[in-house]
Amino acid sequence: MRENQIVIAGFGGQGLLFSGKVLAYGGLLENRQLSWLPSYGPEMRGGTANCSVILSDREVGSPIVHHPNILMVMNTPSLDKYESQVAPGGKIFIDSALISRKVERDDVEVYYIPATQMAHDIGAPSLANMILLGALVKQTGCISEETLDEALLKVVPPRKADLIDLNRKALALGKDYKA
Amino acid sequence: MEKVLMKGNEAIAEAAILAGCRHYFGYPITPQTEVAAYMAKRMPKIGGVFLQAESEIAAINMVYGVAATGKRAMTSSSSPGIALKCEGISYLAGADLPALIVNVQRGGPGLGGIQPSQSDYFLCTRGPGHGDFHVLVLAPSSVQEMADLTLKGFELAEKYRMPAMLLADGTMGQMMEPVVLPEKLEAAPEAPEWATTGTQGKRKHNIANSLYLSPAELEQLNLERFRRYAEIEENECMWEEFMMDDAEYCVVSCGITARVSRNAILEARAKGIKVGMIRPITLWPFPKKPLLAAADLVKSFLVVELSMGQMREDVELATRCKKPVYGCTRVGGMIPSPEEVLEKLYEITK
Repeated sequence: MRENQIVIAGFGGQGLLFSGKVLAYGGLLENRQLSWLPSYGPEMRGGTANCSVILSDREVGSPIVHHPNILMVMNTPSLDKYESQVAPGGKIFIDSALISRKVERDDVEVYYIPATQMAHDIGAPSLANMILLGALVKQTGCISEETLDEALLKVVPPRKADLIDLNRKALALGKDYKA
Repeated sequence: MEKVLMKGNEAIAEAAILAGCRHYFGYPITPQTEVAAYMAKRMPKIGGVFLQAESEIAAINMVYGVAATGKRAMTSSSSPGIALKCEGISYLAGADLPALIVNVQRGGPGLGGIQPSQSDYFLCTRGPGHGDFHVLVLAPSSVQEMADLTLKGFELAEKYRMPAMLLADGTMGQMMEPVVLPEKLEAAPEAPEWATTGTQGKRKHNIANSLYLSPAELEQLNLERFRRYAEIEENECMWEEFMMDDAEYCVVSCGITARVSRNAILEARAKGIKVGMIRPITLWPFPKKPLLAAADLVKSFLVVELSMGQMREDVELATRCKKPVYGCTRVGGMIPSPEEVLEKLYEITK
């Protein structure tokens, strides 16, 4: 049985819930069982924010992810909080432009990607989340790359349609990134 | 219909609109504000009414007014706001009017917190307000049920002329899942005969009222209401059984904790422990019959809930204490992990 238990965490405003939503739509498009659960409340206005996404071949029980096998983090407090929770063999995606420390565990695969720096370099500082998401999808196969593109089109609201190409560019940067 | 991805709160709002509800009155409070936000966006476009009242009390009384005209009306709030609405809910019950009240619970008492809870269980299942009455209480455990039970709530409320409450928790309101929305109601239901729609000089006045100064008359009305309640308890209980066929232990849980319990049960089964679950979907009427029947088959019950044991009392009553009823509870906005439930299962099966 294939089941991806994903946590995406960082500061409010980094587009973390949006990244999770793209994955959730991807799951829907691939006809998988899924749930998306955000943290809510004051942390959405600047504190740490996170969302949990489960993509599964069987009915999703609890939508709360306690032991993610995929973790994407965009600030140090989130890495501090979730590193120990990641299931052995899990994959961690780190914005190394914002998190200077390394992962201490040796039973997980870690991808250090200076996403925020890369996003600045292409003139789209708000799309660091999409760079990480591109890498995440490429390295985990939790949804296919074609589905990822389709999901993006679903999630970006029509009034922001002009941003789709830039989002695609960010996703591609993440997919192609080699440490 | 096609599957769409929606938040639980949005699914409630869209399902209500599809069910023909055109009157929404509310006041913002986390974690249910998306219901109001969705209504604010949609209602003006379809000729409906969205009104942010000056308070929760005002909102429920606006619902009272619309309900008297026989139209589908609703309000939504979260725990502290529901406490404020109780007076109006009692008046609706006293006037025998249908309406839908949504409660996306958060931790209490007082202002409490904003994280999920099920601690309004007593408040809502015992009749939220003064006087002898009940409201129908429906407890969704998925975004799909947030939509389905919204529709069901309107239907039952109208069938029995009484308020219905959708009793969810913060997780259900905030999470997104695929959902198939109900079919759109083609034509609005005709105004029922009791509706205060204007006599046009052709019939006697209909009056929506809850004041009866004659004790004998008021007693009769109460008795009539409880005859209806007995009929509801007989006919309208809803529950879901999970792995109960050969179960030696029975988990009882609703809402988010039923989802957590499901994970724990699968783990326990993998270790050879025969455990199943009865998930009440209606909390009032409480599904006493399947629980009483299970009491003859299982060794004990474990009630997993986000309160200090409020539903556990109903399980003890329903099973007439034939078997031990244990509790696994977290409160204040905390949610037990499947491991915590599993540990409790090990403890009671030892």
